[in-house]
Amino acid sequence: MISLHQLLLLSAVLFVIGIAGFITRRNIIIMFMSVELMLNAANLALISFANHSGSMDAQLIALFVMALAAAEVAVGLAIIITVFRNKQTVNVDELNILKW
Amino acid sequence: MEPAAVQYDFLRWIVLSPLISCCVIALLGRKLPRVVTGTLASASVGLSFVFGLLGFLQLKSLSGHGEGEAVFLADSLYRWISVGGLTADVAFMLDRLSAVMVLVVAGVSCIIHVYSMGYMAHDKSYWRYFSYLNLFVFFMLLLVSADNLVLMFVGWEGVGLCSYLLIGFWFEDMEKAYAGKKAFVVNRIGDFGFLLAILLIFWNLGTVSFGGIFAQAPRVLTAGSGLATAIALLLFLGATGKSAQLPLYVWLPDAMAGPTPVSALIHAATMVTAGVYMIVRLNVLYLLSPQAMAVVAAVGALTAIYAATIGLVQDDIKKVLAYSTISQLGYMFLAVGVGAFSAGIFHLMTHAFFKALLFLGAGSVIHAMSGKQDIQEMGGLKGKLPATYWTFLAATLAISGIPPLSGFFSKDEILWSAFSSPHGHWAFWLIGWLAAGLTAFYMFRLLFLTFFGTSRADEHTRQHIHESPSLMTVPLAILAVLAVVGGFVGMPEALGGANSFHHWLAPVLASENGTLNAEAAGHFPEAVEYLMIALSVVVGLCGIGAAWWVYINRPGTAEKMADSVPLGYGLLKNKYYVDEIYNIFIVQPVKLTSIYILWKLFDAGIIDGLVNLSGRTVRGLGRVAARLENGYTQAYAITFILGVALLLGALLW
Amino acid sequence: MTELSQSNILNWIVFLPLAGALLLFLLPGGSRAVLRWSALLVSTATFVVSLGLLCGFQTGEAGMQFVILKPWIESWGISYHVGIDGISLFLVLLTTFLSPVVVLSTWSAVKEKVKTFMILLLVLECGMLGAFVALDMVLFYLYWEVMLLPMYLLIGVWGHERRIYAAVKFILYTVAGSLLMLVGFIYLFWLGKQSLGYYTTDLLELYRVVVPYQAQFWLFLSFALAFAIKVPMFPFHTWLPDAHVEAPTAGSVILAAILLKMGTYGFIRFAMPLFPNASLAFTPLVMSLAVIGIIYGALVAMVQPDLKKLVAYSSVSHLGFVMLGLYSLTASGVVGGIYQMLNHGISTGALFLIVGLLYERRHTRLIDQFGGLSSRLPIFAFFFMIATLSSIGLPGLNGFVGEFLILLGTFGSAHPGYVYFAASGVILSAVYMLWMFRRVMFGPLENPENKNLTDLNLREILVMLPVTVMMFWMGLFPGAFLSRIEPSVQQFISQYHQKAAVAVQARAEEDRLAKTVEFSTLKEPAVSHE
Repeated sequence: MISLHQLLLLSAVLFVIGIAGFITRRNIIIMFMSVELMLNAANLALISFANHSGSMDAQLIALFVMALAAAEVAVGLAIIITVFRNKQTVNVDELNILKW
Repeated sequence: MEPAAVQYDFLRWIVLSPLISCCVIALLGRKLPRVVTGTLASASVGLSFVFGLLGFLQLKSLSGHGEGEAVFLADSLYRWISVGGLTADVAFMLDRLSAVMVLVVAGVSCIIHVYSMGYMAHDKSYWRYFSYLNLFVFFMLLLVSADNLVLMFVGWEGVGLCSYLLIGFWFEDMEKAYAGKKAFVVNRIGDFGFLLAILLIFWNLGTVSFGGIFAQAPRVLTAGSGLATAIALLLFLGATGKSAQLPLYVWLPDAMAGPTPVSALIHAATMVTAGVYMIVRLNVLYLLSPQAMAVVAAVGALTAIYAATIGLVQDDIKKVLAYSTISQLGYMFLAVGVGAFSAGIFHLMTHAFFKALLFLGAGSVIHAMSGKQDIQEMGGLKGKLPATYWTFLAATLAISGIPPLSGFFSKDEILWSAFSSPHGHWAFWLIGWLAAGLTAFYMFRLLFLTFFGTSRADEHTRQHIHESPSLMTVPLAILAVLAVVGGFVGMPEALGGANSFHHWLAPVLASENGTLNAEAAGHFPEAVEYLMIALSVVVGLCGIGAAWWVYINRPGTAEKMADSVPLGYGLLKNKYYVDEIYNIFIVQPVKLTSIYILWKLFDAGIIDGLVNLSGRTVRGLGRVAARLENGYTQAYAITFILGVALLLGALLW
Repeated sequence: MTELSQSNILNWIVFLPLAGALLLFLLPGGSRAVLRWSALLVSTATFVVSLGLLCGFQTGEAGMQFVILKPWIESWGISYHVGIDGISLFLVLLTTFLSPVVVLSTWSAVKEKVKTFMILLLVLECGMLGAFVALDMVLFYLYWEVMLLPMYLLIGVWGHERRIYAAVKFILYTVAGSLLMLVGFIYLFWLGKQSLGYYTTDLLELYRVVVPYQAQFWLFLSFALAFAIKVPMFPFHTWLPDAHVEAPTAGSVILAAILLKMGTYGFIRFAMPLFPNASLAFTPLVMSLAVIGIIYGALVAMVQPDLKKLVAYSSVSHLGFVMLGLYSLTASGVVGGIYQMLNHGISTGALFLIVGLLYERRHTRLIDQFGGLSSRLPIFAFFFMIATLSSIGLPGLNGFVGEFLILLGTFGSAHPGYVYFAASGVILSAVYMLWMFRRVMFGPLENPENKNLTDLNLREILVMLPVTVMMFWMGLFPGAFLSRIEPSVQQFISQYHQKAAVAVQARAEEDRLAKTVEFSTLKEPAVSHE
C-alpha cells in the first residue's frame, strides 16, 4: 500500500514540475500543459486525502476540477489557435499587447 | 416746494420718433432710395422738435412767464427695473431745463440731418449713417428727458455707443476704428464714476428719480459733508469723460476721425455737453458741496486755457475746432462750478449754434478741398465759397465774443459770474479771460489761413473747389442766424436786456432761487460789471488783431515765432505729449503686466503649473508601478507563486 | 413648501431629451439629415414644453412649484424630488432655449459621428435640466455626474488639436471637486440623521438641519470647492480656457452658457443655505476672489491672441460678477446675480456661436488672422456687434441690468468696498471686447484668405436671431424676469439669516453649557445605530 505521505510527495513533485515548466518555457502550449500538470497534481492530492479520510467530499472536488480542466482545454486551445493564426507564433514573450 | 407733474402723452414721441426711424432705416435702408432714407431720418428728428416745441409751449402756458411754481410734464411708459426697493421706470419728464435741451438737441440735430443728406450723398453706407445718426438723437433725447438717473445713464451710454459707431464709421481705416474705441473706453472711465454715484445716491437717498433726489437731497445730505462731495465728484468724473475735460479729454481730438456732420452734432453741439446738462440737472447735489463746485470750476477753467493753447498751433481744421470745443466746454464747467448754472446752459446753447456752424462750415470746406483738412494747404477760399465764408465768419465772431453775437452774451455772463459769484474767484476770471483772448486768436488764425491769402493747394485740388449744394448751405445759413441772434434771449440786465433765459431756468435751479446774481450785484458796483464787459470785448479784439497781424499783415511771423521757442512750440504741437504719457504710464504697463505677469507667469506658469505638476506626479508614480506589469506571462507567474508562498508561509508559521 | 401643481411637467422636460437620445440611438447612423432634424425636433419640443413652466408659474410665490415627490430608496430616505422656484425657473428655460440653438449650430460644424454627437447633446441636456430641478441630494449628484461625461466626450472626440489634454483636465478638475462634494454630502447625511432622527437626502429637509459650527466649516469648504471649480472662480479657472479652446462650438456654448451656471447655482442652492455661518465667515474671501476674478479675467482676456480664449477669460470675469452678486446677500444683488447668470448664458453663448461661425469659415481662431470683416460680412457684423455690446453691459441690452443690480446690491451689502474694484471691470470689459471687435471686424481687409468669405446663410441667421432677440428683450423688459426671481430670493435671504442666527444661538448655548456643566457631558451626541 502506498502511504499518504508518498502520494503527497508525488503530488508535490508533479506540482513543482508544472510550476517550473510554466515559468521556464516560452511555448504557450507547453505552458498550458504545465498548468494541466499542476491541476492534476492537485487532483492527486485531493484524491489521496479522500482515500485517507474516507470522505467523498474531496473526490467530488477532484471531479469538478477535471470538468473544469476539460472546459479550460477547449477554450484555451481555441484561443491559442486563434492567436497563432493572427500572430504566427506561440511564443508568449511576443504576445505582450492586449489588442492589435 | 414739490414741483407739480402734469401728464403729457406726447412726450414719449419726442424720444421714440427717431428710434422708429432708426429701426425702419436699419431694416429697410438697403432697399430704400437715398432720398427717402435721408428725408425720413430728418423728418423724424423734425417731428421730435415739433413735439418738443409743443411741450415747451405747454410748459410755458402752464407756468406763465414768471418764476412761479416749478411745473414739469411727465410721461411714463412702463416699469423697467424693480428689485429690492429700486424702481426705475421708462419715464420721461420735461421741465424748463430739459425743454431747452430738447429744443437745442432736436433743432440742431434736424439741421445737421439735412446737411448730412448733402454731405454724405455719395457715401456707400448712406443708410447705415442715417440709422446711426437717428439712434444717436434717440439716445440724446432720452438722456435729456429721462426722469431718473438710471434711464439717463442708458442715454448716457447710448450716446457713447453711437459716438463709437460714428467715429469709426469709415472702419476700413484702422486709425478711425481705433479712435472710436478710444472714445468709448475713455468715456467708460467716466461712466465708472457716474455708476458709482448712482449707487451712492440710491443707498443714501433711497431713490434714483430726479423728483425724489431733489426732494431728498437737502434733507438727507448735510451741506459740505464728505458724502455729498463724493457723490458730486463721482458725477463730475462721469462728466469729464463725456464732456472731454481734463484729464479725460484725450478722446475728443481723435474723435474727429468721424464724418464732419457727426463731429458737429455729437462732438460739438450735443453729446459732449451732456456732462454740463447733468451737473445742472443735479444742481441740488452740487450746491450741497462747495468743495466739489470748486473742483468743477477749477477743472473747467484749466481745461479752457489748456485746450486753447493747444488749439493755437494745430493745422488740421477739425482738430482746431476740437480743441476749441474742449476749451468752450471748460467755460461751461467753469460756469456751473461757480454756481452760474443758467449761464452754463446758456453758453451750451449758443455754443451748440456757433460750434455746429463752424464744424459744418469746416465740412463744407473739406468737401470743397476734396477731403483735405490741413489749413496750411488751404487759403483764398473766400471768393470761391462765399456762403461758407460768410457763415463761418459769423460763427468765428460769435465764438470770439464780439458783441452783439450770441457768444458774447454767454461768455460774458460766465466771466462775470466767475468773478462775482460767491463761489467764484478772480483767478477763475483771469484764466477765462486769457482763454477768451486765445480763442479769438486761434479762431481767426483758422479763418485767415483758410479763407484769406492765396491758395496753397495743389493744382488738382484747386480745380475741384466748388461751393457746396444748397442742401448744405441752407443749414449753414439757419445756424448762422441763430449764432448771430441767439444771444439776445439771455441779454443781461446791465445791458438793458431782460435776461429771459436766466429767468426761464430759475425755477429749475430751485435751491438757487435766482438769489445768486442779486447777491452778487449787491457786492459790486455796476461800473465793475461794465468794466468787465469792456475787458472781455477788448481781449477778443486783441486776439483778432494779433491773428491779423501774424497771418495777414506779416505772413511768416508765425514760423519765426515757432522757431524762436522750439521747446514751447513742440510742446503745444504735440499736445503736451499727453497721449504719449498715458500710453507709457498707463496703457503699456497694464498690457505688459497682463501678458507677462498675469497670463504667462501666473496663469500658465503658477496655476497651470501646479495643476500639471499634480498630474505629472500621479503619472510618474504610475510609471513606477507599471514596471511590474511588463507583459511577460512568466513574470506574473513568478510574482503569483511568490505571493502564494508568502501567504502560505505566513499561515503556517 | 406649498405644492401648487401636481402635474408632472418637469418629468416631461427632463426626460424628453433622454427619450430623444434613445430614439436617435435606434435610428441608422448614416442619415445625418434625419439625425439632425430629429435632434432639433426633440430639443425644440422640450423647449415648447418648458414654456408651460412659464405659463403655470405663480409669480410672487417664493417656494417650490411643479413639485414631484416620490419615494425612491426609502430605507435611506432617498426620494425622487424635483421642483423649481424663481431661482431655477429661468435656468431651466435657458437650458431648453439654448439647446435647439446649439443643435442648429452644429449643422455644418459636425460632420463626423453625427449620431453619437446628437445623442450626447441630448443626454447632456437631460443631465443639466435634471441638476437644475433636483431637490434631492442623491438625485442632484446623479445628474451632476451625468452632465460630466457627455461634455468630456464632446471635448475629447470632436475637439481640436489638444483636445485630449483639455478633456482630461476638464474631467479631473470637476471630478476632484465633485468627489469632495460627495464626501461632504455623506457627512451631512449623517449629521441630518442625528439632528432629524431619520435618514433623508431631501434638500428641503436638509435645509432644516442646524449644522454645528466646526462641521459647517469643513462641509462648506467641500461643497464650495466643487462649485468654485465649476464656476470657475479664480484661482480654479485654468481648466476653462483650455476646455473652451479645444471644445467644438456646440460644446463651448453649452459649457459657457449652462454648465458654468451649475457652479453658481450650486452656491445659491446648496453651499450657502446649507451652511450659512461658514458661508458668512467666508464671505470676504469669496467676494475678494470674485473681484480678483473680475479684474484678472478681464486683464488676461485683453491680451489673448485667440478669440475663444478671450471669450473664455471674459467668462471668468463675468462669473466673478455673479458670485459677487450672490454673496452680497441683498435682494438686488442676488437677483442681479441670477439675472447675470442668464445674461452670461445668452451673451457668451452668442459670442461662442460667433467664434464658431468664423472658425467654420476660416479654420482659425487667431485674432490677427482677421481684420476688416465688417465690410465683407455685414449681417455677421451686426450680430457680433450686438453680442459684444451685450457682453460689455451696454444699457438697453441684457448685460447692463444684471451688472447694475449686482453693483447696486454689493454696495448695499456688508462689504460695499468691493464695488469700487468690481466697477472697474466695467471699464476693462469695454477695453478687451472692443479691442477684439476692432481687430476682427474693422480696418482694411488685407488677408487674402478673408476676401472670399460669405455672409451668414439663413440657417445661421436662425441660430443667431433668437439669442439676439433675447438680449434686447432681457435688456428692455427685465420686469417679467425679475418679478419671478425676486420672491424666491427674498425667501432665500431671510432663511439664510434665520438659520445663521439659530446656529449662533446654538453655539452660545453650547458655550454656556461648557462653562457650567462638566466637560464630559458635552460628548453626548454620539451616532446612534439603528
